[in-house]
Amino acid sequence: MKAIPGISRREALRLLGVVGAGSLLGAALPLKARSLGSARVVVVGGGFGGATAAKYLKRFAPSLDVTLVEPQRRFYTCPFTNLYLGGLRDFESLGHDYRQLTDHYGVTVVHERAEAVDTERKEIRLSGGAALSWDRLVLSPGIDFRWGELEGYDEAAAVKAPHAWKAGPQTMLLRRQLEAMPDGGTFILVAPDNPFRCPPGPYERVSMIAHYLRTEKPRSKILLLDAKDSFSKQGLFMEGWKENYGDLIEWVPRSSDGRVLRVDAGRLEVETEFGEIHRADVLNVVPPQKAGFIAERAGVADETGWVPVNPKTFESTRVPGIYVIGDATQAAPMPKSGFVANTQAKITARAIAADLAGKAPPDPKWANTCYSLIAPGWGITVAGVYDVHDGNLREVPDSGGVSPLGADRSFRAREATYAEAWYAGIAHDTWGTRPGA
Amino acid sequence: MKQILLTAGVLAVAALFAGVLVQSAPEPESGEVVLADRAAVIAQSCAACHGTEGRLVTAIPPIAGRPEAVLHAQLVAFKKDQMPGATVMPRLAKGFTDEELAALARYFSELPPE
Ligand SMILES: Cc1cc2nc3c(=O)[nH]c(=O)nc-3n(C[C@H](O)[C@H](O)[C@H](O)COP(=O)(O)OP(=O)(O)OC[C@H]3O[C@@H](n4cnc5c(N)ncnc54)[C@H](O)[C@@H]3O)c2cc1C
Repeated sequence: MKAIPGISRREALRLLGVVGAGSLLGAALPLKARSLGSARVVVVGGGFGGATAAKYLKRFAPSLDVTLVEPQRRFYTCPFTNLYLGGLRDFESLGHDYRQLTDHYGVTVVHERAEAVDTERKEIRLSGGAALSWDRLVLSPGIDFRWGELEGYDEAAAVKAPHAWKAGPQTMLLRRQLEAMPDGGTFILVAPDNPFRCPPGPYERVSMIAHYLRTEKPRSKILLLDAKDSFSKQGLFMEGWKENYGDLIEWVPRSSDGRVLRVDAGRLEVETEFGEIHRADVLNVVPPQKAGFIAERAGVADETGWVPVNPKTFESTRVPGIYVIGDATQAAPMPKSGFVANTQAKITARAIAADLAGKAPPDPKWANTCYSLIAPGWGITVAGVYDVHDGNLREVPDSGGVSPLGADRSFRAREATYAEAWYAGIAHDTWGTRPGA
Repeated sequence: MKQILLTAGVLAVAALFAGVLVQSAPEPESGEVVLADRAAVIAQSCAACHGTEGRLVTAIPPIAGRPEAVLHAQLVAFKKDQMPGATVMPRLAKGFTDEELAALARYFSELPPE
């Protein structure tokens, strides 16, 4: 068996639940340890949920055979792409590779796409044609778009009116369009109805684009057309917009005809519910979403397009032995955030390790903090702690919540500093990236 | 860096010890032990800001290997809104019971620092 550096023996035993506070447990250990040792776990998706799950499966149960399937060799995070759009961060600083997972933690990484799941034979088929068998399967495929659900908005339209809701070429396209936009132009962002990836994301995006336009193209205007009447950290965003950008950003809620029903990407026009046509110089459409396609092919998604899970373990309620984490799941009141995907991954890795060792899963608790940057030195947060109560996920009463309204500038500046530190922390915990590396 | 080697031999020895301890200890799964085990699970949430094992040094301070009493006092102060200058930690600390905060303080104090 392999030696895993970076984990003390005591900690490994403790993580396995063998060692408690100085005591040893588990008289039947050798037998269970053997069955653990021969088990194979396949993880699909090397983003926030999947990379974390693969790493922590090896941390909790070093003898497991863990294979991570992810087509990209370098993963670019959605978090902080808004800072890139605002000119505060270069794109390469958002990229992470899988070397730490393979070299340090002993995860096998296969750079292919999972195309099909055979739940009878417990096998997935890869884009290269090979099959991988599993004792437990973890899916963290993130989101896919419901192309065409918003009339006129399909993959071809996204080349003219980017979504930039998956990090990569789309994000860079949007940045180039902003750079090419004339001073005095109009930037329009179309925000979707719930549920969608990163509830504060559209509002941080217009903040960062406001920062860019205020600095580079001060006569420009921002219109945010929203399918909702309220949004995450709304009071804090409104306060921050007014303080930093005056009336540069106009938010149009659904009740004021903010809901877009049709997109004409060729003309950069959108039509709202009551027939008003808005023309943009740069048009950013965040379309309706669903779980990544492999969830549907595995039979774990339901008619909503998202995946129902057992709240304690995140095992699929439809197919035993398949665990689903991250944006793909129905996990309200937890938001679809990278932080949540990361914490879900660890609880689920622990539940899988326990299950393979013939033990009950732990009583879980998950935490989340979503930072948003409104302007340089102006950060805000929403935080939450979640548990299972009467068989349902819930936010622990009297905990969590948003930053205080009306806080002084030093409070906002501290949260902006901590936002940068959070990014370093979660990149370290997910891919093993060292700050500055 | 310490290493682990989960060989069959180590497991056999561990099992032997376990057998001995189980015999001499009447209630091996005491509430305290279960809580410590749980702390090792819920503590993993902290890593999303503080880095794996709470060891990363950034503007957010590392927590691994700090004295248990200090960590515990800080967590309690966060929970009671008695920490000047705090931002998000009071809102997070309120999501954990006093026993969980104590177990978290112990968990991180026992990890090796950076
Ligand atoms: C603009 C924006 C800003 C954001 N800011 C924040 C923030 O500040 N904080 C925060 O916590 N969250 C933020 N988020 C949300 C965060 O990006 C997501 O919640 C997070 O990525 C979810 O993790 P995941 O593992 O579910 O999916 P992802 O991280 O998207 O990972 C999914 C991975 O699975 C792979 N994959 C998909 N299908 C297959 C397949 N069939 N086979 C193999 N691999 C596959 C994909 O290539 C991808 O790498 C932001 C999102 C956006 C859009």
